[in-house]
Amino acid sequence: MSTIVTLPNQEEARLPKLSYLNSEYGLKSWLLTGDHKRIAMLYLISITFFFFLGGAFAGLIRLELLTPQPDLVASDTYNKLFTMHGVIMIFLFLVPSVPATVGNFVIPIMVGAKDLAFPKINLLSWYLYVAGACFLVYALLNGGVDTGWTFTTPLSTHYLNTHVITAAMGVFIAGFSSIFTGLNFIVTIHRMRCPGMTWFRLPLFCWSHYAASILMVLGTPVLAITLVLVMLERTVGIGVFDPTKGGDPLLFQHLFWFYSHPAVYIMILPGMGVISEVISTFSRKRVFGYTAVAFSSVAIAVFGFFVWAHHMFIMGVSNYSALVFSLLTMLVAVPSAIKIFNWAATLYKGSLTFETPMLYAFGFMGLFTIGGLTGVFLGSLGMDIHLTETYFIVAHFHFVMVGGMLMAYLAGVHFWWPKMTGRMYPESMSQLAAVTTFIGFILTFFPQFIVGYLGMPRRYHAYPPEFQVLNVLSTAGATVLGIGYLLPMLYMPWSLKYGKIAGSNPWQATGLEWQIQSPPLTENFVDIPVMDHEAYDYEWLAHKTEHEVTTVG
Amino acid sequence: MHISPVLWQFLVHWLTNSALFPPEASAISPYMDAFYFFLCAISAVGLIAVAILVFGFSILYRKEKSPVATQIEGSTLLEATWTIIPLALFMICFVWGALLYFRIYNPPTNAMNIYIVGKQWMWKAEHPGGQHEIDSLHIPINRPVQLTMISQDVFHSFSIPAFRVKREVIPGRYSTVWFEATATGTYHLFCTQYCGTDHSAMIGEVVAMTPDDYQKWAAGSTSGASLAQNGERLFASLGCNSCHSGEATARGPNLSQVYGSRLQLADGSTVTANDAFLREAILNPSTHVMQGYAPIMPTYQGQVSEEGLIDLVEYIKNLNSNYRIQQTLTTSQLAPGQAGASSSGTPQVNGPARAGRTAPSVPGTVNQ
Repeated sequence: MSTIVTLPNQEEARLPKLSYLNSEYGLKSWLLTGDHKRIAMLYLISITFFFFLGGAFAGLIRLELLTPQPDLVASDTYNKLFTMHGVIMIFLFLVPSVPATVGNFVIPIMVGAKDLAFPKINLLSWYLYVAGACFLVYALLNGGVDTGWTFTTPLSTHYLNTHVITAAMGVFIAGFSSIFTGLNFIVTIHRMRCPGMTWFRLPLFCWSHYAASILMVLGTPVLAITLVLVMLERTVGIGVFDPTKGGDPLLFQHLFWFYSHPAVYIMILPGMGVISEVISTFSRKRVFGYTAVAFSSVAIAVFGFFVWAHHMFIMGVSNYSALVFSLLTMLVAVPSAIKIFNWAATLYKGSLTFETPMLYAFGFMGLFTIGGLTGVFLGSLGMDIHLTETYFIVAHFHFVMVGGMLMAYLAGVHFWWPKMTGRMYPESMSQLAAVTTFIGFILTFFPQFIVGYLGMPRRYHAYPPEFQVLNVLSTAGATVLGIGYLLPMLYMPWSLKYGKIAGSNPWQATGLEWQIQSPPLTENFVDIPVMDHEAYDYEWLAHKTEHEVTTVG
Repeated sequence: MHISPVLWQFLVHWLTNSALFPPEASAISPYMDAFYFFLCAISAVGLIAVAILVFGFSILYRKEKSPVATQIEGSTLLEATWTIIPLALFMICFVWGALLYFRIYNPPTNAMNIYIVGKQWMWKAEHPGGQHEIDSLHIPINRPVQLTMISQDVFHSFSIPAFRVKREVIPGRYSTVWFEATATGTYHLFCTQYCGTDHSAMIGEVVAMTPDDYQKWAAGSTSGASLAQNGERLFASLGCNSCHSGEATARGPNLSQVYGSRLQLADGSTVTANDAFLREAILNPSTHVMQGYAPIMPTYQGQVSEEGLIDLVEYIKNLNSNYRIQQTLTTSQLAPGQAGASSSGTPQVNGPARAGRTAPSVPGTVNQ
């Protein structure tokens, strides 16, 4: 059982005459499209904009923390900076990042369908995203909001005089965009699979999106309810969270984290799907333990709903409920470990090449492992007392969300870029960007673990001078990281015009999306495909390629 | 593997004195740090394992060396291995962490009690003897100290990194934390829960002093009236004693033995009268009616400040003779022979411990 795959000669590749990009012209054809690929592009542009907006806030935060004194911005401004950084990065970037762009683009093709199950709802989800974003931008332009991304009561309901309602409304609306995306994926994966595409022939990308979609559909409504309660509490004072009216401020924490803990899995699971595809493709090898990886996604989604109170270990929940939630937290760490080891085992006896997506995937594995293991620190009850609400937790979730998820997102965008645009990104430039990002990331966030154990609280505008050295390191790293993110911003648009023509399958990958032209036709497939082999079947691909060569020659 | 004790001592000393590690200043700190090193160790092992696999395979099976990929389906044995080993390690972490948690959040019975009120953006500490402090906390070393904390407005969080303790300070309910300082010195006190504009200025210092010095400080900083005495005055001025007079014909229950006892409520349930219950019973009396009494007590919501409530709770505690005896005992444990020597002493605080401001005390603040 061995496979030799020779990469196709890219000199001979031509751009197809007709594709989804040139089937219709004009702004209207984009803004009223039902094509999942065009909607994915709309999402790609919007979330890239908000990523750089959120990144700019992060830059200002790091610049302020260069010195222990509160000297660059006022306290209120600083509070608005980290609030807007969190809100934008989480609700407008991380949650839609992989699902709404890469997922939207490739899931229908992967399952062999012409489009998602509900194309108009898909478009509606983008409009809701934009509407939610408009509310947040409005709040931002009119002075911002300073609740922290968690909207903690009673601070957000009684003690702040900023645009809390506008911002909450924005998040509320953007939440529906996420629900619609999830709904579309669930129905598509259930009902739109092509003949022969059984559940266990689905690419792992689909499995992880399926798991994330369930979380989106079941979790996000709880966030919506919570935000409505916050808005009602703020406007008419219904007193659900207000202790002086018999309400319970801890109830808000329970409701909020009931969504917001699964939300981290909404963010990370699609990224894990990307990593499975990338690792398999660049090892030319089936993912080791396909079923284990598939079910670990489902396990993460299921356990993910029952760990929310681990955000509240120091908040006076009963000691025994803390025990239960700590135990479940340990259990949810296991499927993540299973995935990491399976990916590592996939490399064994492969035929590895190190294109940019693979470098990002390696970055993901390293940083996500650190992020996951430090999660065990925080899930351990006693340790959490000292570490929670410090920079340790900031470093932890940035390792998972930025080190993990953002790396996976960039891996995915680079990996499917030839499919989306028909052209290759510049390889050596992007490899440089991947390495820069990795180094910058470590330099930015590793010192934060140390300063966190020293006790530096998060969301501090000023800090004791003995923490300065570590903060300077962190800010220096953020600069490198910023350069790492700006590079793709420059060479990706460049490649649209000057990149090499990719051809239909530049990576010799096995997914259905690679068996059609790049960029694809609006209807994806000329004939309905029939799946007659397992996922990641490189022998089938080698045989097919050989067959094609003989028919052409 | 054997590490010489001298080397171990040296390592611990080097680490605890480096700028990259917080000082160990409480009884719990060595336990927390030991657990931290264990977690760091298993993380390092896990990370190194992944790194060896990724880099090793990358070198061994790069395309130049391995042009042909061998397709492998998977291995149940390997899946089981990397399910069970991490699970076992995580279970060790769970048990270890749980033991530590219960140790930190279950105070010993002989702890001395200090009340903390958090508000935007300051910490008020109230010692039972009537010492009031703002943004500082003076405590004796080698003595368990329990903090009973409440917030007047939003969520705050009381954190002393050198003691490795932290607990959320919540509006509308008491939360507690305890520690036993082991080394004198001045340590950081942070509010770690984001609480609005001046969150990062809601800091202070914890001054750990020898028991003698603490006794001197306490004698010199007292406002002249203990919390219980303030509470007694407040009890009278709010008219509580008209019903809770302690007489057999009184309309309200006798409070003298109430603290710490099991109470039978009118709705049939029983509760233990602790600090939280007493506070609730003052603010929401209609939901905590004692059996055999009419629900006639009006609410005092909005009429008594959190400090006033603490005074009242402390007063009711002191009506309980057992409690009073216990407090006397713990006080005499603290400084034998020191009790009378305080009145002539100047309010001098030892060494670097001096900087905390002492709040002017307002006995039994009543709003309106």
